[in-house]
Amino acid sequence: MTIRTSPSRTTTPVTPSPAAPDALVVRRGALLPGRVRPAAPLRREGPAKLTGEAKYADDLVFPGAWYGATIRSADAHARFDGFDLDPALDWSRIAVVTAADIPGENVVSLISDDQPVLVPVGGEIQHHAEPLVLLAAADRETLRSARHAVTIRTTPLEPVFDPLASEHVFAHYEIASGDLDAGFAEADFILEGEYRVGHQEQLYIENNAMIAVPREDGGVAVHGSLQCPYYIHKALKRSLRLTAEQARVVQAETGGGFGGKEEYPSIIALHAALLARRTGKPVRMIYDRHEDLAATTKRHPAIVTHRTGVKADGTLVAQDIDVVMDGGAYCTLTPVVLSRGAIHAGGPYRCPNVRIRARATRTNTPPNGAFRGFGAPQVEFAAEVQLGRLAETLGMSPLEIRRRNLYRIGDGTPTGQILRESVAAEDVLERAAEAAEFEGVRSRTAKARARRAGSGHVPGSPLRTSRDRSASGIGVALAWHGAGFTGSGEVKLASVASVELGGDGRVRILTGSTEMGQGTKTIFPQLVAAELGLAADEVDMAAQDTALVPDSGPTVASRTAMVVGGLLIQAARRLRATVEERNAGAAFADVRARDAATHGPTRIDQQFEPYPHVHFDDDTYRGDAYPAFGWAACVATVDVDLDSGEVTVRDVVAADDIGTVIHPVLAEGQVEGGTLQAIGYATIEEIKLRHGRYLNDRLATYIIPTALDAPRIHAILVEAPFSGAPHGAKGVGELPMDVGAPAVVAAIHDAVGAWIHELPASPERILAALGTTRPVDGAPASAEVAAAIAEPIEAGTDPRPGAATDPQPMRGPRDPGEPT
Amino acid sequence: MSTWRFAVNGEPVEVDVPGMRRLLDVLREDLALTGTKEGCGEGECGACTVLVDGAPVDSCLVPVCQVDGARIATVEGLAAPSPEGAVLDPLQQAFLEAGGAQCGICTPGMLMAARAYLDGGGGPDETAIRTAIAGNLCRCTGYTKIVDAIAIAAGGRG
Repeated sequence: MTIRTSPSRTTTPVTPSPAAPDALVVRRGALLPGRVRPAAPLRREGPAKLTGEAKYADDLVFPGAWYGATIRSADAHARFDGFDLDPALDWSRIAVVTAADIPGENVVSLISDDQPVLVPVGGEIQHHAEPLVLLAAADRETLRSARHAVTIRTTPLEPVFDPLASEHVFAHYEIASGDLDAGFAEADFILEGEYRVGHQEQLYIENNAMIAVPREDGGVAVHGSLQCPYYIHKALKRSLRLTAEQARVVQAETGGGFGGKEEYPSIIALHAALLARRTGKPVRMIYDRHEDLAATTKRHPAIVTHRTGVKADGTLVAQDIDVVMDGGAYCTLTPVVLSRGAIHAGGPYRCPNVRIRARATRTNTPPNGAFRGFGAPQVEFAAEVQLGRLAETLGMSPLEIRRRNLYRIGDGTPTGQILRESVAAEDVLERAAEAAEFEGVRSRTAKARARRAGSGHVPGSPLRTSRDRSASGIGVALAWHGAGFTGSGEVKLASVASVELGGDGRVRILTGSTEMGQGTKTIFPQLVAAELGLAADEVDMAAQDTALVPDSGPTVASRTAMVVGGLLIQAARRLRATVEERNAGAAFADVRARDAATHGPTRIDQQFEPYPHVHFDDDTYRGDAYPAFGWAACVATVDVDLDSGEVTVRDVVAADDIGTVIHPVLAEGQVEGGTLQAIGYATIEEIKLRHGRYLNDRLATYIIPTALDAPRIHAILVEAPFSGAPHGAKGVGELPMDVGAPAVVAAIHDAVGAWIHELPASPERILAALGTTRPVDGAPASAEVAAAIAEPIEAGTDPRPGAATDPQPMRGPRDPGEPT
Repeated sequence: MSTWRFAVNGEPVEVDVPGMRRLLDVLREDLALTGTKEGCGEGECGACTVLVDGAPVDSCLVPVCQVDGARIATVEGLAAPSPEGAVLDPLQQAFLEAGGAQCGICTPGMLMAARAYLDGGGGPDETAIRTAIAGNLCRCTGYTKIVDAIAIAAGGRG
């Protein structure tokens, strides 16, 4: 191949032209009145991303690099008996690596040591995409031939696919408060429900990618797409027997993560490093979309059952909740996902008598792991639909039942945490409802439902409407999301972040927190500059390279702005005080160059210290599960096609309390993006499995919302600052993911009168649910009418005409003699 | 092997590669223009969108033999060179200001689709903009700020 001419390329670094003052779209109400802030800076790495200069892993060139590939199991559960290499192929040009070539422990280091880097011959295969053998070759053509020349020999074993039937429990928790029996005894009504959610793929648009480069000291440097450089660092040290210096992890520009690049990159880095060690060459492990979808982690499927006791006035008096999550074949982060799920399972509501039992079990499917929301979206979907059904049962507005029960300052949670500050459940609910004109729209949709009701059958259709071919509805949901790590997680992490005044007078931030689109590289300099009296562009960011930066903890759990941002502010304050003290109190900005010339570099390392008054007991599961919570409300408006069951989400208002807003444009971007992921979860995103294998493991079959599927999303930022963080920020990444799906499902109910208990609310499920609303023998059909006219409730009966709308029967007060 | 001649961002190029080699690989690997990204390799995500004679195409689906004699535009050609460094195209500037790029991996393809829309006389109408970028998936933004940015570039601000 020869290249004779290459287009001349602009190599001058691109500098953005000065921002016009009106460039930042700060919506009215986004900021608290009376607070003046400097204009937020533009995205720091924005120009590089917009011009194509930014280098993602697959853009990096390492001369002489080989290409790596992973040979995976095709069985869900089997013994790995061995493999054969086709003798017709010249294997001298191909590197073959097995578990026997791993110099250290054959374990992907994380919570539990159950997942091997490669299944050894004679070992047990636990899922169909399990890595068995690694190959590398100097060119793709040879590699492709080699892949087809490996035959895997296995003995099948009986697989387990049902998480309810699995006896292998990864983790279980029980959270209890009050007296459950007494709570149900005082209830006027008891409602039961079962809710199911399936896998969801993170679907970052950049696939997983890692390049390993051998080092002269016998170690390895890996460059890749990743969220947590020190997770990979630890994994490399352990499995390759390397010192901290021999293992180096460098983040390339990362094209989205959403949790999907939290733990899986460790495996890819180990594979690439093993091949690099074998070949002595740099090795590129760049997944294509099919491999990324087929093999990497997904959101945990869950089955959540609720039994709720409520007074006639809507007051919650008892919640008995059971959560089962499907962990997949290995533990990964499952215990922590389940823990967050258990703590959030009741929703953001005060209830004196609660029991939450949660367990996660093993199935022979690819391991599930981190995905934005981390256990909370599953359980909050269930909690919100349950509450919506309670409101319908009581003939109460969905807004009103939330108003009556939502957490306020001074309330206690199921773990016994007293919410002392920064509680904005009511604020976000009212702001979202007002902006969406919730009650006004709802009364119009109710009238439309009443008009459609009883209008007769459509020939050949399960539906009994004939006037309108489409129905509109509006739905609301409310959620909470614990900010930062669960329980004592932050204390155990003991993260470090640093600020340095270099010998050249430049200020530099050193942190392992990664940028994956959320804005880390923009807000960190913004926060530090504000403390030092500098402009944001006078503060540099060191590369996310373990040879340069400290372990600031993983970039997960919406903790970066709140926790690491807080550490940087504290470090900057100490740096400023140190410099100003030795320069007779002169302002840092004025003396930093002189100070650097006189004293040389000054570096402040700031380590996490527990937030005051925050205590959690991991053994009893009592105490302050999170230092603070973020609060989110979502109002969705949908159109449901009554012939096809297809849902169009038309409009969404999302109000999110994230504490002090650091950067309105970036924060809105998080709310909007998280909301659309939640809408995808609610309507179209679904993994189908057969024999433990994902059937739709291509982008042509796993679909996510396009610009035409997406509603216009109106983000409202609400600020209830958290006093424990120096800047008052609580984090924003995950919060919007918790609340979108139940809002959409409530809107579908408002439109057609049927509750969808399983996500996604696909046309098939909607038509099936509508089928149950068919009138019997000309009886006036319907839950629709019930909701429209809100019949009075008789104690002890199911007040809904056509109660078959809902497959989950409601029961009256419990007989005192009845066992619970 | 044959010789294929075309223009990339106004510069003439000749490459000797198999005719069925993907245009995406020719751009990224043979011409070192890595601004164009691969997201799925099957024409679903639009990350590899480039303009061929002004029309947006998925370069992962186009064999290089099909662009012989054509004009190709990639993201690298959007910013204008100047003595002080490249100056962002108004569309890039609007993305930067409105928050239209987050992780940035869909951004080059998104910009090219939007550029074609604007070059074809597209205005600030929301539905028209959404239709123009319906072949380009973004997982970060929820599209709201991308649509805003394109509307700004179309002269729809204020």
